Amino acid sequence: MVNLTIDGQEIEVPSGITLLQACELAGKEIPRFCYHERLAVAGNCRMCLVEVEKSPKPVASCAWPIAEGMVVKTDSPMVKGARHGVMEFLLINHPLDCPICDQGGECDLQDQAMAYGKGMSRFEEYKRAVMEKDFGPLVKTYMTRCIHCTRCIRFLDDVAGVEELGATGRGEAMEIGTYVQRGLSSELSGNIIDLCPVGALTSKPYAFTSRPWELNRTESIDVLDAVGSSIRIDSRGAEVMRVLPRLNDDVNEEWLGDKSRFAVDGLKRQRLDVPMVRSDGRLQPCDWDVAFRAIADRVGGEQGAKIAGIAGDLADAESIHALRELLDALGSPHRDGRQDGAKLDPACRAGYLFNTGIAGIDRADACLLIGTNPRVEAPIINARLRGRWLAGGFKVGVVGAMPSPTFRVESLGAGPRTLTEIAEGRHPFAAALRDAKAPMLILGQGALVRSDGAAVLATARAIAEANGLVKEGWNGFNVLHTAAGRVGALDVGFVPGPGGRDTAGIIAGAERGEIKVLFLLGADEIDTSRLGACFVIYIGHHGDRGAHRADVILPAAAYTEKSATWVNTEGRVQRTVRAVFPPGQAREDWAILRALSAALGRALPFDSITALRSRMERVAPALARTGEIAPAPWGAFGTTGPMEDRPFASAVANYYMTDPVSRASATMARCTAELLPRPEATGIHG
Amino acid sequence: MLADRDRIFTNLYGVHDWRLAGARSRGDWDCTKELALKGRDWIVDQVKASDLRGRGGAGFPAGLKWSFMPKKSDGRPSFLVINADESEPGTCKDRDILRHDPHKLVEGALIAGVGMGANTGYIYVRGEFYREAERLDAAIAEAYQAGLIGKNACGAGFDFDLYVHRGAGAYICGEETGLLESLEGRKGQPRLKPPFPAAAGLYGCPTTVTNVETVAVVPTILRRGAAWFAAIGRPKNTGTKIFCISGHVNAPCNVEEEMGIPLKDLIERYAGGVRGGWDNLLAIIPGGSSVPLLPKSICDTVLMDFDSLREVRSGLGTAAVIVMDKSTDIVKAIARLARFYKHESCGQCTPCREGAGWMMRVMDRLVVGDAALGEIAMLEDVSRRIEGHTICALGDAAAWPIQGLIRHFRPELERRIVAHQARAAAE
Repeated sequence: MVNLTIDGQEIEVPSGITLLQACELAGKEIPRFCYHERLAVAGNCRMCLVEVEKSPKPVASCAWPIAEGMVVKTDSPMVKGARHGVMEFLLINHPLDCPICDQGGECDLQDQAMAYGKGMSRFEEYKRAVMEKDFGPLVKTYMTRCIHCTRCIRFLDDVAGVEELGATGRGEAMEIGTYVQRGLSSELSGNIIDLCPVGALTSKPYAFTSRPWELNRTESIDVLDAVGSSIRIDSRGAEVMRVLPRLNDDVNEEWLGDKSRFAVDGLKRQRLDVPMVRSDGRLQPCDWDVAFRAIADRVGGEQGAKIAGIAGDLADAESIHALRELLDALGSPHRDGRQDGAKLDPACRAGYLFNTGIAGIDRADACLLIGTNPRVEAPIINARLRGRWLAGGFKVGVVGAMPSPTFRVESLGAGPRTLTEIAEGRHPFAAALRDAKAPMLILGQGALVRSDGAAVLATARAIAEANGLVKEGWNGFNVLHTAAGRVGALDVGFVPGPGGRDTAGIIAGAERGEIKVLFLLGADEIDTSRLGACFVIYIGHHGDRGAHRADVILPAAAYTEKSATWVNTEGRVQRTVRAVFPPGQAREDWAILRALSAALGRALPFDSITALRSRMERVAPALARTGEIAPAPWGAFGTTGPMEDRPFASAVANYYMTDPVSRASATMARCTAELLPRPEATGIHG
Repeated sequence: MLADRDRIFTNLYGVHDWRLAGARSRGDWDCTKELALKGRDWIVDQVKASDLRGRGGAGFPAGLKWSFMPKKSDGRPSFLVINADESEPGTCKDRDILRHDPHKLVEGALIAGVGMGANTGYIYVRGEFYREAERLDAAIAEAYQAGLIGKNACGAGFDFDLYVHRGAGAYICGEETGLLESLEGRKGQPRLKPPFPAAAGLYGCPTTVTNVETVAVVPTILRRGAAWFAAIGRPKNTGTKIFCISGHVNAPCNVEEEMGIPLKDLIERYAGGVRGGWDNLLAIIPGGSSVPLLPKSICDTVLMDFDSLREVRSGLGTAAVIVMDKSTDIVKAIARLARFYKHESCGQCTPCREGAGWMMRVMDRLVVGDAALGEIAMLEDVSRRIEGHTICALGDAAAWPIQGLIRHFRPELERRIVAHQARAAAE
């Protein structure tokens, strides 16, 4: 601890922090533009200057080390003069275009000019103007407004790990840009919009649509990947205008993946907003009663063994549980929440969780990646891995393909053969894991969706057990999910009951006519062309693959439109908050299932979401506490067996389109077209 | 006045052989082994005793600076970096050392390397000094050949490697941390201090960045004794110094003289006097473009050393004496300097990036008087808001010439404004 005097107030602060942090601990507000808690210190904006006794010049507090007995003034005439000066300098070349600037109302420069600037300018010359830059389909630039704080450069260099931005030119002519005329390739590029303290970098899809004071803010959870990032949904009326990240040190710090941020325009397109029933081969709009009657007519006399249900990637735990209860009531054991066919073993919870925890990555010192590319499957986790790698002493080995990693990885091999070598201790990386204090492995869905997925899972468990990945106070075995609904489905036991069929079995059964009725709870990633003559009831919010095949469509609510529980890949139970109402006649999924059960004459015993939740928590006690991760004891899972010698590949081919929401998003379509490599392109494609 | 026998740079004008043989005949590389064998503490103590102050502009005591280098390595190597990025307008002393007396620098580098425990030295040469870098390369090759540097340099049991790195011609790369960034291959932008280079410099290792002239004089100081050097000049401003005299003098030249020589003597004796006589003098910039100018009244009596010039609110800087006679448009001259600093600002930190351009534009208007009277005070205030608020000293360097102009030539600025207003009214 170090003792300081700040503005006459004596304070004891921890050693090793900067003067700016110390001033904040003393309750002093220090204005700043370039300084950011999670980025490297640049010290270039000069806004945080404070007076330190015995120093003839004011010092940049963001970069100044504290020392015992230091006497600091943050409101002396010297400091005020320095702030006035810097403010004036920043504004002389900054356009006075706040009325047409998207940052207006949430602009650091605007706010600080009000608080620390003077009301007028002495600058009589012409202002600088800077050519526009093309940063791709997500980030809109207006570089004349740039104040050269370099936060965007530092974020892409340090956190995102793509060195695509830099400063060219000198002095006044300095410009921030990609230099080559090409968009940013990072999956985290949207964060530079939040970081930009002025309106130089703004959101392209959101441009000129609303002002911050018109928006309703709802703190919620993202479900477009399995990370479960904390988000803030900004809505106006019935429309979600934008999504921003929210601070959560355990999960997303304060970053957000581009898909989670920008795919929300997909919530307004391709929506199912009215029940539909197929007649004469065409889906016809109808009202709820007609739709329920059509289902009752078909399901009423059917044996339970011929009914099945599949839950999709975006399904919330409550509705999955409600569907399970309905299937139970109908006497069906055929249910599966793993529509991709991943051989995840529901027997042991630790066997399908990211046990280390996202924040736990910071403590690891060796990592084995198996059949995963976290950069596209979970950019937030990828950024944590990169941050850990940057800190040094972090050895990363990869089995399978991992194109364009953002940190140094050692490619160990392509497929199961290498995995076996590591499991048997014949591979040098096994020694690296054994020698590490906190080794971890990350098993991707790409390695589990294969027919030999259960054996891969067992081999991964063997590696974990043989190399000290699981020990007192540390569990380095991690499954990286790609679907937000997956862990919840496994937790509530939405897996085949006794004698029940899994996804592959259900589809095969439907094809052969053994399954007559199929409930799809937002399940779109299955091969719908193989469902034969099966009667398909689709409960979901987007007109995607599942709805196209459906015989009855029951329109449901998307994640921004309901309060529901999701469990992220760590096993963290989180709840969304409704920001807007579902469109048209769409209703919350659980309420649809409850009403349907009554129409089928098998009314489920709950009348409210709270009642449903308490029933769900009886089945899955792990879901009882929101925001927390219930301890998952280690046990046996996976099935040993032969593995095919086929290389592992990531489960995500196109980061920008993985689910019905992002597939409906025009922004994500633009990203796909502009940012993804086009291997088929030749010279004549321009 | 400096006696010939006390001159250190005996081939300043390049009339003798610059190669190793010639250098040896002038006393360089004499007893270097013995000097090196006396060890780093002795070398640093001698440099301290000589009161040698850095010749790059800031005048920091050299021995003290060298003593900041870690005595025991924590595993990181120590580096000596020699700043030969001589870009300050008016300054051309290092250039003559590089091309006419390179072995003084090479020998000094070895001694400095021993003194700070650095086995590797880099010489960062200004990009435009192409021929000079060639000569330096040749001198280093000769020294390697003769076993004077390299493994077991001079047989003193100390390994010392010396590399020449050519810059690309940016003024800011002469700032010590900007130089280190450039040397590492990055954009030349000064670093935040602390940490100072002695703690974390080149590649994060302990580094001392020091000027060519400072390094080049050290072997002679050690050979002739710190007391000899300290006896030249005035207390705290000791030794000899190369002055670069340019501008409106009859014979512009570089000359080595003792510190504290009266400015008038320096110009009259070596540069053939001011064009049209001393009374034709308007002003002198005594230490390179970045220091405030001095009007004739001060030039009459001022002594050329760090402390004397500081007393008259200017500075010795690089001792580049820029003489301006009464034919000079003094406002235009300073406006040109303002343009130079605007052009050379690295753009990293706000006051300098924005302020240098602002000052240049106001200065351009002041040349023709196209301004309001109040703008003189405003310009002064803007310069004060840059000075001392930036990461490196370029902000100060941009502000000082303008402050000097306003301090000493305010009536001239006002006269132009009033005349311009009268012209405008007449039209």
